[in-house]
Amino acid sequence: MSTTMPDLASAAHRRHSGLLRRRRNIDHVVTALCAVATFIVLAALVSILFTLVSNGIRGLTFSTLTRVTTPPGNGGGLLNPIIGSIIQTAMATLIGTPVGLLAGIYLAEYGAGSQIANAVRFVSDMLLSAPSILVGLFVYLILVAPFGHFSGIAGVAALAILVIPIVVRTTEDMLRLVPLSMREAAAALGAPRWKVIMLVSVRAAKRGLMTGVLLAIARIAGETAPLLFTSLGNLNWSVSLGQPMASLPVTIYQYAGSAYDDWVQLAWTSALLITAGVLLINIVARVGLRGEDR
Amino acid sequence: MIGLAFTATAAQAVDITGAGSTFAAPIYGAWGAVAKSSIGVALNYQALGSGAGQNQVIARTVDFGASDAPLTAAKLQTNLLIQFPTVMGGVVPIVNLPGIAPNQLHLTGEVVAELFSGAISTWNDPKIAALNPGVKLPDTAVAPVHRADGSGTTFVFTSYLAKVSPDWKSKIGAASSIAWPSGAGAKGNDGVAATVRNTEGGLGYVEYAYADKNHLTTVELKDKAGAFVAPNLDSFTKAAAAADWASAQNFAVDLLDTPGEGAWPIVSATFVLLPTNPKDPARSAEVIKFFDWAFTNGAATARKLQYVPLPAEVQTNVRHAWTNVAGAPDMSR
Amino acid sequence: MGAEVSLRTTGGPEHHAPVRRSWADPAFAGLARACGIAVLILISGIIAVMLFGGRQAFSTFGLGFLTSSVWNPVLHHYGALAPMFGTIVTSFIGLVIAVPLAFGVAFCLTEMAPGWLSGPLGTAVELLAAVPSIIFGMWGFFVIVPIMAQHIQPALIHSLGRVPFLHPFFSGAPFGTGLLTGGLILAVMVTPFIAAVMRDVFNSMPPVLKESAYGLGSTRWDVMRRVVLPWSRTAVIGGIMLGLGRALGETMAITFVIGNTNRISASLFSPGNTIASLIALEFPESEAGSLKLSSLLALGFVLMVISFITLACSRALLRRGRLVR
Repeated sequence: MSTTMPDLASAAHRRHSGLLRRRRNIDHVVTALCAVATFIVLAALVSILFTLVSNGIRGLTFSTLTRVTTPPGNGGGLLNPIIGSIIQTAMATLIGTPVGLLAGIYLAEYGAGSQIANAVRFVSDMLLSAPSILVGLFVYLILVAPFGHFSGIAGVAALAILVIPIVVRTTEDMLRLVPLSMREAAAALGAPRWKVIMLVSVRAAKRGLMTGVLLAIARIAGETAPLLFTSLGNLNWSVSLGQPMASLPVTIYQYAGSAYDDWVQLAWTSALLITAGVLLINIVARVGLRGEDR
Repeated sequence: MIGLAFTATAAQAVDITGAGSTFAAPIYGAWGAVAKSSIGVALNYQALGSGAGQNQVIARTVDFGASDAPLTAAKLQTNLLIQFPTVMGGVVPIVNLPGIAPNQLHLTGEVVAELFSGAISTWNDPKIAALNPGVKLPDTAVAPVHRADGSGTTFVFTSYLAKVSPDWKSKIGAASSIAWPSGAGAKGNDGVAATVRNTEGGLGYVEYAYADKNHLTTVELKDKAGAFVAPNLDSFTKAAAAADWASAQNFAVDLLDTPGEGAWPIVSATFVLLPTNPKDPARSAEVIKFFDWAFTNGAATARKLQYVPLPAEVQTNVRHAWTNVAGAPDMSR
Repeated sequence: MGAEVSLRTTGGPEHHAPVRRSWADPAFAGLARACGIAVLILISGIIAVMLFGGRQAFSTFGLGFLTSSVWNPVLHHYGALAPMFGTIVTSFIGLVIAVPLAFGVAFCLTEMAPGWLSGPLGTAVELLAAVPSIIFGMWGFFVIVPIMAQHIQPALIHSLGRVPFLHPFFSGAPFGTGLLTGGLILAVMVTPFIAAVMRDVFNSMPPVLKESAYGLGSTRWDVMRRVVLPWSRTAVIGGIMLGLGRALGETMAITFVIGNTNRISASLFSPGNTIASLIALEFPESEAGSLKLSSLLALGFVLMVISFITLACSRALLRRGRLVR
């Protein structure tokens, strides 16, 4: 609809040619520049995907998906890092998202003018740029060193901390964009405030909130540094959260620089798997949202 | 289903955790895979880097630490650790010079030091030409590439430069990461190799296994006896044989520029650090059982991955040293 | 979409007895507040660990820590200037490239592309956002760096490198890595982040506002500049901040392409370093309790301060913008 509107409008106003022509020329230039920008971004994406697929697809075999990691030359797979990554990413998202959402709700709905809210907003934004290895170090100090061993749960904690600020930032921004009139309408019908927030504001903003969660998943699914000193990695099969746990990014980190062709191949395949996995989550979430809208 | 099957096998084996040296990761992994089925010890070794290996065993978050750089006697004592070598390997300079074949270029330690310090800035420098009569050297600028990540390989390489060049020793020094006077850094062996490949006139250093597998252009270095030696398992073994193990305290042997004929000058051992007062003696006993098995049965695997196994008499001394660990099984024979 | 949701959801509330309202509301408010405070405590803890861990470096070097560009692990002398410089320069280059790109993409997606195209296009942008940072690093190293080393840098050195005033910015050996390459990779990384947020923001604008502007004869650009952008400014800045945060703290991708050298040089081609990549590269090799480890933690704290300052500036700008309006 929006694409036909300006055409109609401009047709009607063609008489005021001078100013209008200039504005339309500017519009054309901006439109062309935006198309070029989109093209550049798409070209980068195609180049990345091409690099990933052309390097990673050869290793994407049945045995890669069903066998555990082995020393070089023994035909190992990626089963333990795949499962480890799924467990850690999923748990971190499940823990980090509600905390981030509620904190974002607090900032957007309750925090107006509050000093505490300002402080929360500020430190949360600062954490966005904290090098993730320092988050790993923090978790190491509170969950690894005191217990004397590395564990999957420490990895989950480090990733969950990284989820929080991204979700907080997007939640607050998106909730603030929900028109006041919608909330007022709900409140006028006698809805308690928490219901107004959860059923009106959050629902209206859910697309944006989902973007935040997906960006957070994308970020933690590929994080290496916070896992090195928390979940460490595991060469053997283990799904126990109390034990060191393998993950795809740590496997990439250690295999990509190795001297052995099969390990380097597995590193590229890991990279392909992470990207494909995050994309899949993205698409499923979007399709799910769209279905719910109807 | 698969999960159940794996959990079942893992439950029978005792899991031990080690962390540290990246250089040693392939061989510990290879030994671990066989040891699991033959003696029931499941090793989880993670290559965090040598410094991290030291820190983690001191913090007692792992059953053993692994480091390319030995700890001092004082540090071993205060942290209640013993240290022993497991295998040895070489570090090799690599170059990217059009028309120069692998091992065609001859260099000395002093010249390598001057190339990395920036004192020699073009490849047709008279000092290089004097070492390479008959070789056509390009007038390309020297582009030194070093490891950007703190690394045991850098420790070994800079220790060699400091040993052969007094100038390097006084002005720059040796450590796992240093203030490089010139050039660019790159992450990991692969990063250094790729940057050298991208840059005409490039010069870098990598672990030998990496250079060998990727057919990089290595150079010949002058050994202590004055002959030019190519890097290979044979010249590393000669360096190991010529080392003075007897006077080395805590096995911290010096394998750099050893006097043996045909000995590659940049060789180092990699070490394992083990607490003498383990919080769980049973697990330390498993670590000892593992390395005992590896010493007896792992030499062929080590050579296949381009590592030099320990000489027999050193193995005997290491087995003796294990008796210092509380609750250790007696492996001396 | 907004109107539809509001109609459906406002139908419900009357089913609930007023009795439940009495405790449910304060309970929910308390829970949200508790989460906010938990976040505050958690993050303060992280910042405190850096400050506490870095105190040895601060007390040893004092202000010199911030003004020295020496990073010498052999002599135990550490200064933060070179990685600070690299962090700011690469993030700046990254944002300068990324913000217009992201805006272009978001404008395309929301105002220009027909419905059948905007769906797949949006998915493509999200896909780019979904690529993990280590993969940007590998891509940068294996695809962009060789192109930079063999084509772009030699070309720029031969052209702009000869212009008198610009000369210092375009000189040096063409390793392919360096500040410019780092900034480029950051730009590609943060563009989809910013674009995704911008798209959601533009889309969440009530259509009636835009339609009335179009009705008055505005072009698409007029509507964007006069209606959409002013209305969504705070959230757009929020999206840019999200991108800046990622750029400042980005570790793995930048580590592959920055050249990792603690030197300050005017040339965009010279290898540099960023705070995050220096920490990641040196941390595993730092002895517990050493001055080096302390200096790395202090660096982390410095990065927090840099991000604090940029945040404060952006907030101040926003507030002033609102007053003027």
